Order: sequence, then structure tokens, then C-alpha cells
Amino acid sequence: MAEPATKNPVEEQKVVDEGIDVGISRLTEDKIEKVINQVLKGETGARLKTYVSTCIHCGLCSEACHYYMSNDKDPKWSPVGKIKQTIWEMIRKKGRVSPEFIRRAVEIAHTECNQCRRCMQFCPFGIDIAYLIGMVRRICHKLGVTPRYIQDTVHSHSVTMNQMWVKGDEWPDTLQWQEEEARGEFPKLRIPLEKEGADIMYSVIAPEPKFQAQLIYQAAAIMEVAGVNWTMPADKGWDNSDMAMFTGDNEIMGRIKRTHFETASRLRVKRIVMGECGHAFRSVYDTGNRWLGWSQPPIPIVHAIDFYYELLKGNRIPIKEKFKEPVTLHDPCNVVRGGGLGEKLRYVAHALCETVIEMYPNREYNYCCCAGGGVINCGPPYKLKRVKGNRVKAEQLMDARTRGAKVIIAPCHNCHSGLKDIKDYYDLHMDIKFFGDIIYKIMEKPE
Amino acid sequence: MIDRSNWDWETKEKAVPIDPWKENFSWVEEPYASPDGEQVAAIVNIDEGEFNVCVNGETWENPFEKIWYLRYAPDGRLTALVSDTAEWTVAVNGVPWEKKFGYVWNTLFSPDGKNIAVAAQADGEYCMALNGNPWETTFQNMTYFAMSPDGSKTAAVVQVEDFGEGEIHKFQKGCFTAALDGQAWDTRFVNLWNMAISPDGTKLAAEVRTSLYDYSIAVNGQVWDKTFQCVWQPVIHPVTGSVIAPVRTGGKWTLSQDGEFLWDQRFLQVWHQTFNADGKTLAAIVSPKYGRWTVAVNGQPWVVTFGTMVSDLVVSSDGSTIAALAKEGDQWKIVVNGSPWKDTFDMAWKPVIGPDNKQVGAKVEKRGKYTVVVNDRIWPKECDAAWDPVFSPDGEKILLRTVENGRYLRRILPVTEITG
Ligand code: SF4
Ligand code: SF4
Ligand code: SF4
Repeated sequence: MAEPATKNPVEEQKVVDEGIDVGISRLTEDKIEKVINQVLKGETGARLKTYVSTCIHCGLCSEACHYYMSNDKDPKWSPVGKIKQTIWEMIRKKGRVSPEFIRRAVEIAHTECNQCRRCMQFCPFGIDIAYLIGMVRRICHKLGVTPRYIQDTVHSHSVTMNQMWVKGDEWPDTLQWQEEEARGEFPKLRIPLEKEGADIMYSVIAPEPKFQAQLIYQAAAIMEVAGVNWTMPADKGWDNSDMAMFTGDNEIMGRIKRTHFETASRLRVKRIVMGECGHAFRSVYDTGNRWLGWSQPPIPIVHAIDFYYELLKGNRIPIKEKFKEPVTLHDPCNVVRGGGLGEKLRYVAHALCETVIEMYPNREYNYCCCAGGGVINCGPPYKLKRVKGNRVKAEQLMDARTRGAKVIIAPCHNCHSGLKDIKDYYDLHMDIKFFGDIIYKIMEKPE
Repeated sequence: MIDRSNWDWETKEKAVPIDPWKENFSWVEEPYASPDGEQVAAIVNIDEGEFNVCVNGETWENPFEKIWYLRYAPDGRLTALVSDTAEWTVAVNGVPWEKKFGYVWNTLFSPDGKNIAVAAQADGEYCMALNGNPWETTFQNMTYFAMSPDGSKTAAVVQVEDFGEGEIHKFQKGCFTAALDGQAWDTRFVNLWNMAISPDGTKLAAEVRTSLYDYSIAVNGQVWDKTFQCVWQPVIHPVTGSVIAPVRTGGKWTLSQDGEFLWDQRFLQVWHQTFNADGKTLAAIVSPKYGRWTVAVNGQPWVVTFGTMVSDLVVSSDGSTIAALAKEGDQWKIVVNGSPWKDTFDMAWKPVIGPDNKQVGAKVEKRGKYTVVVNDRIWPKECDAAWDPVFSPDGEKILLRTVENGRYLRRILPVTEITG
């Protein structure tokens, strides 16, 4: 396989991150000890103990991790290496670790692990490294040391219940603007706001109204053509994303998920369909609902992949002609490994595209985009580490490109941004698309 | 409350054909029925950028460029958020408020319908507007909203300190507070969320976060002495004025009154605590064990539990009847005083309790058709749309509002016709 080129390799610089630096400056060993023990005793149970006592340091998980593989198999990047440098040491020292130790722990937990759970599949005991990294993030949150960018995002969640500081009026205003735009093409199109008793509530993540309003336009167009009885809330609860889950601010995670589900419940919809996003799926389907006491999502959550599958299978989206350029598929960890949607993703891709070229490895063994787990949300200071930490992804994409793929379909927002950085850095010259982009392009529209 | 005694409880049936509306307009949006059932209305599109509201077949006098959130106030006035020349306001029975804004949203009504409030933005500044009158003070951002029980006061969570993008430490010092009728508290908080205003309008209580970790309730700007791992929306005791909120402590939830524990019981979740009129009965939705949900009355959970969700808790004014919706898998049930009714539904709406505090009715949906169910008996009509049933003041009759075969129908039935 051809080695992907790298653009101007820049020396890694010491990162300045106010979220970490200021936080560390306020720490003492006594405070650290107290907080670690509080979290370990008060919030972890048998699961942590079992993981710690069963790991035999065999290293079978190492080669599963894109960071380890991309950093020349340096053991400090291996899954268990990251655990050794963080939670194990905290346990071994009974919480008595230094502020500098915490600085390194935050960096590892927030910027050197995507919580993608690929490694877990290779561990003979199924040890969930992502869970352990999550514990480290929870401890860091409690210590007040979280990277600035993602902390700001969580502040936004806490104030507005969306991740991009979108204000109360900006949301319905944006939807009405998109509705008006779309009426140029579909004269009777509606984005029905607050329509109680609709079948479906459609929820998105805040970057859509903020920067990518055309995605809302496209979704509305698809709903219109497929004749779906749908609605969107006009007030809080429209954003399904959740960076609090990734900073260990479980209380805010719970609050935003409660808002999302209770909004759907208030609108009396039967299901929530969510846009093409991976981490939000994990939050609504697994982590957030459980923190609140709902063992299952109280209103069923349907990921966009699943929804498109249903529409295409039922012939509800008439297609003019299939998408011509050869595509390859990026399986987002949270919906494929975590949500089992791998086969439906392929059904949708084949129904829409003439040529589908698989990446290897794929499905639940696909390599993560390296953006997920909140890593990309830690912002520009960590971008270089992120793209360098995913050379294997570049190789994987390069291989698909060599076999003819021109477009990467990535049905996840974070994957999009992460893959874009990788393709730019490694000069890959491939396009990245959502399924929504392709459906909108090839579906039959009124003359 | 609304006096329903002067409504027409005699005429058995009144009909308004609504299907023909489709021929007069380029499209007709979903219909809304007035509380007394005498009217049915919908937003209609006339032409590009020209909307109106059609009420019983007649449009309002003037069209608007945009119209959304058509809702009847409890007193029967029809309201909508309307826009002309890029300005927004509220139209009541077709007459827009004189005062216009950059945007308005989140209409609130007092239970008697006399007061109508919205959140408003003008020139990038935010405030509440009550009956067309905006607060004197405006704020750079405003997130949560509340109205006092009589509707004479409005409150909001407002931003009172600047902070720039990414200024996380400034944010954490506290840049938000609550404002009652535009008067902001002096205290600053990291966050404030849902609020409650006391019946006499003197007390405003809000969920607050004083640091990234400490949650409590603030009343008129004063935080309870205790902090908790998390809190949910407070309510105010209807008689004593004390403040009651769910609080999380040691990983479990319970209710606290003015900062002291009110219930001895601990649950995996407690929310939507609701009082009856004299405050002697306090019910809440609780999770007694992981993945199980029920209602607890004065701390005692019902024996029956449900796996998926419990919602829409209602307490009769004398406290003797407590009803809620419960979901098991994808099916909904109505549960009254701990006993689930026999039928299950694809969807159910908030139960309605009759004036005798005993009768319970609800709108329900099965296989895409709507009807109502009263005291565990289904009204055997399958309608294309339906609204909540309304009991007559003497509890003998029931008002049913439905759409059947393109006609809106207002029916008055003896309750016994459904309950047998
Ligand atoms: S990035 Fe993924 S594979 Fe690597 S350690 Fe974290 S969870 Fe495991
Ligand atoms: S594969 Fe499992 S047991 Fe082996 S080192 Fe990794 S986590 Fe430990
Ligand atoms: S961003 Fe996409 S690939 Fe990356 S962790 Fe999330 S779901 Fe996985």
C-alpha cells in the first residue's frame, strides 16, 4: 500500500490550554487525593475493580488502537499504556498523585483516546478501556481541569441545552429561514414546529443551525418527498448532542438528555429520528438515558442511517439515478460498533450509489476517525496530535482510494470533521459526504 | 380557572366542515379546537409569503407574511406569533399587539387565559413581554421562562455579565441570574434553570448551580444553606409558600423543602412533584429501582411499576385522585391511584380529572385513529383527530372535540354514554 504523504511535518509544541493550566495551578495533592477517592469510592462499583484485577497486561489490545499503530507502536499510546499512566497509578497511590501527574492524565484522557472501544473487542476479558478513560475524565472534571474548548462547549450545553450557544430565538428563526429557502424548490414544504402528535421528532446537533443550515434544508426536503409526518421543537430539547458525557460532567449530561426526551414526550411523538451523528447516538441510546434511570430510551431513537434504510426499503424516496462517483464507507464507531447499524449502512449505500468500495478493516473493526470521544472538541491546540495519531486511518483511506474510491461517506458529524483534517494533512484528495447530501442530490424533486 | 357553566352543554352536535378549506387555500396546517369547542382554526397559506388563520371557515381580517404557533388561550382567545416586514409580535383574535419585536417565541398563558406572555428579542436584547408590554429592562441573553400562577408576573433566567467565547473561568465565576418582571437578582450564578413563582407573586425560586459541582435552589436570590449533587425544578407549596425541589444526595434522589429533607425515602429518580390545592398531597414521578418507574404519593410509591416511562402526572384538587401515563415497551396505559386501566394505546395524552375529583378522561390513539377514554371505558369512535375531553361543571356531561371525515365535530354526551 502506498504511504500517504504528510504536509509540512511541524514539531509538536507544548500546548497552552487555559482549561488545564489554570485548573492545575489551583490543585494540591490533598485536594487531588480527596477528589480521586470520592469518585473511586462513591461512583465506581464492581466494574472498575473487575477491570483492574483482570487485566493481565498481555497487550493484545495494543494493535487495535489507531494511536498506538500511528505512533510507531510506542507503548505509551497503547490502550493499557494509557490506563497505566492514569487510573491505575491513581488507584495504586490511593489518590495521592501530583498536579503534574494530573496534567498528563488530562491530556491522555481527553486527547489521546477517542473512547471508540475498538480495543475492547480484542481483549480476551472484554475490558472496556473507554470506560476507564471516562473515569479519568470524571476525576479531571471534579478537579476542575478540562481542556478549554470542550469545557466551553459544556458550558454552552449547561446554559442553552445546545452545544453552540444558539440562543432561544435563533433556533426557530433559522428553521423558518430554511423553510422559506426550501420553498423555492418545494413550494409547499414545511418544517412543522411544535406539531403535537406527529409521528417523528427530528433532532439535530447545534453545528447544523449554526454553520450547516443546509443540512436542515436537506432533511426537510427528504421528509417532504417521503411524506413523513414529522416535527421539530421550537424550544430547548432540539439538540441531541452531548459533550458533557465526554467531560465527565454527568449531571449536565443528564439534564440535556432529560430535556431532549421530555421534549419528545411533550410533543407526543412515537419516535425521535436523529441526524447523522455518532456521539449523540451513544448519549441518547446508552449513557445519558441510563444516568437518568431509563434503562432504555423512553422514546425510541432512530439514527438517520436506520431511518434512511426504512425509507429506501419502503420505496419512499424516489431516486432519479444513482450516485455515480465510487464511494467508500466510514463506519462510525458509535453507531456501528456501538449501535449495530453496519449492515443497514451498507444497504443504504448500495441503494444510493453505483459503486461501493469497502475500506479495510470495516464494520465494527473500522478504525475510528480520531475526532470522536470529544477529542476534536478539545480544539486546535491538539489538532496535530490528532491527525498524526491517525496515520493508519490515512493509510486505510489511501488504500480505498487506490482501489477507486473518490468519496468517503461518513454518517457522523465528528467523523466528517476528523476525516477532513486527515485528508488535508495527508493530501488525500477525497470528498466527504453525508448520506443526506447524496439522497438530496439524487432524489426526484418537483420540476 | 375558567367558568364553563355558560358554555353550551345542551346542543348535542355542531359541525364545521374543514375539508373544503383545502380548496380555498394553497395549504391548510393542522387544526386547533377552542377550549369550549365552538371554533376550529388553522394556519392557512394564501400565496407565497402570505398566511392567514382560518376560523370556522372565515379568515382573520388581515393576512401576515408569516404565522406560527397558533394556540387558543384558556379563555378561548386565539393567539398566534405573526410577522410582517421582518417584525414579529403576538396576534390575538387576528389583532396584533401594537408593540413589535425582532422575534417572539414561547407563548405562556395564565390558567384563566387573561394573561399572555412571550419571550421577545429586539435589537439583540431580550426580555419577556406580557400582554404586549415588554419589561423595562432588557438582557443580552435569556434562557428559561416562567409565569406566576395568576399570570400577572413573568420571570426569566438572564445573562448579566459579559463573557467572551472560550472565557471559561469568567463564566464559572457566574454571569447569570434570574429576573422577575425585569428586576434582576444581585446574586450571580454559574447556571439557573427552571423556576417557580409563588401564588402571591412575592417569591421566585430557581434551580441553580453555584460552581460546576454544587447545585441548590435559590429563592429571591438567596441560596439554600445546603448544596446537592443535582436538583430539579422547584414547586411552591400552594398554602405555606415553602419551596420543594427534587435533590440528589449520595447518588440518590429525594424531595427537599427549603433545604431540609422532606421525604425519608430515596429513589433513583424523582421529578415532576405536584401538589393538590391545599398542599396536603404531594405526588411525584419516581424510579424506585433502576429501570422501573412509578408515582410516589407523600413519599410512598405505588406498588405497580413500569419499565419504560411514567409521565403526565395529575393530582385532583382534593388530592384523592392521582393519575399518570405509563409506558411499557411502545404501549401507553393510563394509571389512576396505582391501578392501570385495562387498555393500552399507541399514544395517550395528559389525563383530565373531572370536577367531582373522581372521573378521569384522556385522549388516546390506536392505529392512527383517535378517541377518548373515560374511567377505563373507550368511546367507540375512531376519529381522524381529537382533543382532550372536557367535563361539564356538574360532571354529568362531556364535551368531545374531534375531526371525522373532513368535518370538525363538537359533541356533548352524557358521561354515562361512555362509562355505561
Ligand atoms: S482510542 Fe479507541 S482503541 Fe485506542 S485506547 Fe481509546 S478506546 Fe481503545
Ligand atoms: S487485552 Fe485486555 S487484558 Fe490484555 S492488556 Fe489489553 S486490557 Fe489488559
Ligand atoms: S467521530 Fe465518528 S468515528 Fe470517530 S469516534 Fe465518533 S463515531 Fe467514531
